Amino acid sequence: MPAVHDRGGLPADGPIDRSDHQWEDWEHVTNALVGVLRRRDLINVDELRRGIEAMAPEEYESSSYYERWSASIETLLVEKGILTEAEIDAVAAKLDTEWER
Amino acid sequence: MSDEHPPLLHAERSRRATRILAIRQLLVEKDVVTTDELDDIIVRARARTPADGAKVVARAWLDEEFRERLLTDARAAVGDLGYQLSHDTELAVVENTADVHHLVVCTLCSCYPTSLLGPPPDWYKSFAYRQRAVIEPRAVLREFGLELADGVRVRVVDSTADVRYLVLPRRPAGTQGLGEDALAELVTRDSMIGVAEARSRDRV
Repeated sequence: MPAVHDRGGLPADGPIDRSDHQWEDWEHVTNALVGVLRRRDLINVDELRRGIEAMAPEEYESSSYYERWSASIETLLVEKGILTEAEIDAVAAKLDTEWER
Repeated sequence: MSDEHPPLLHAERSRRATRILAIRQLLVEKDVVTTDELDDIIVRARARTPADGAKVVARAWLDEEFRERLLTDARAAVGDLGYQLSHDTELAVVENTADVHHLVVCTLCSCYPTSLLGPPPDWYKSFAYRQRAVIEPRAVLREFGLELADGVRVRVVDSTADVRYLVLPRRPAGTQGLGEDALAELVTRDSMIGVAEARSRDRV
């Protein structure tokens, strides 16, 4: 079995969906974060790819494109000691509460 | 997305979306990134369109020396036109001819020459395209409305994080005498991915 990201030649049913979705704000942010982090040489494209490929197969399959980037950025920043999971958890919980209000 | 314009409330925001916004906030607080830089990239990313790639193609159609340079050293050639590629990726330009048609895919992820084409369309990133382009390229092309003659060989090029491909489509017939801008109008995004040919002059 090839790894989950290695899609070439896997059977696929049906036509290719050619509709485009409207980017959401967080998708722009994700894309821009990668841009700045690359400029700073804090991450490179191969690391970003490796972080995506390291996702659990079920999560990879069920995630949207920028959700996969988001997962990889988090993995890399935590690995490099730039952020901790606990910090991200705390701010994410705060954002969730703010949005519920 | 500056702080004066907080992200819109979004009831269905996914866990990953929330976490990346948390990451953004933390990186700004720690001075790892600035909101100005992020805003700048967002504005520039939104402004990038396939028009830049189209100008490169039009120039290659008009200028034989440029065309040769583009095919052998794409980074330097597009640099001459003022386009700067990312420092950590390479660009390769593949030329369609009467005998060979190129189709670009990234089976492993979504690598794409965004510096010249803007962000890839969603279908380019879809599992269906990534899976099918390498095993049944003619069927995929047919789905996009391109029926190739039997004698034309299809060459599928699979991008990687390090090398991205741009197709140099064939110059449409009957375009002698057209200037660079008029020719660029004929060059579509899809023709530079290889799922279409450049538009013919009467269909602009």
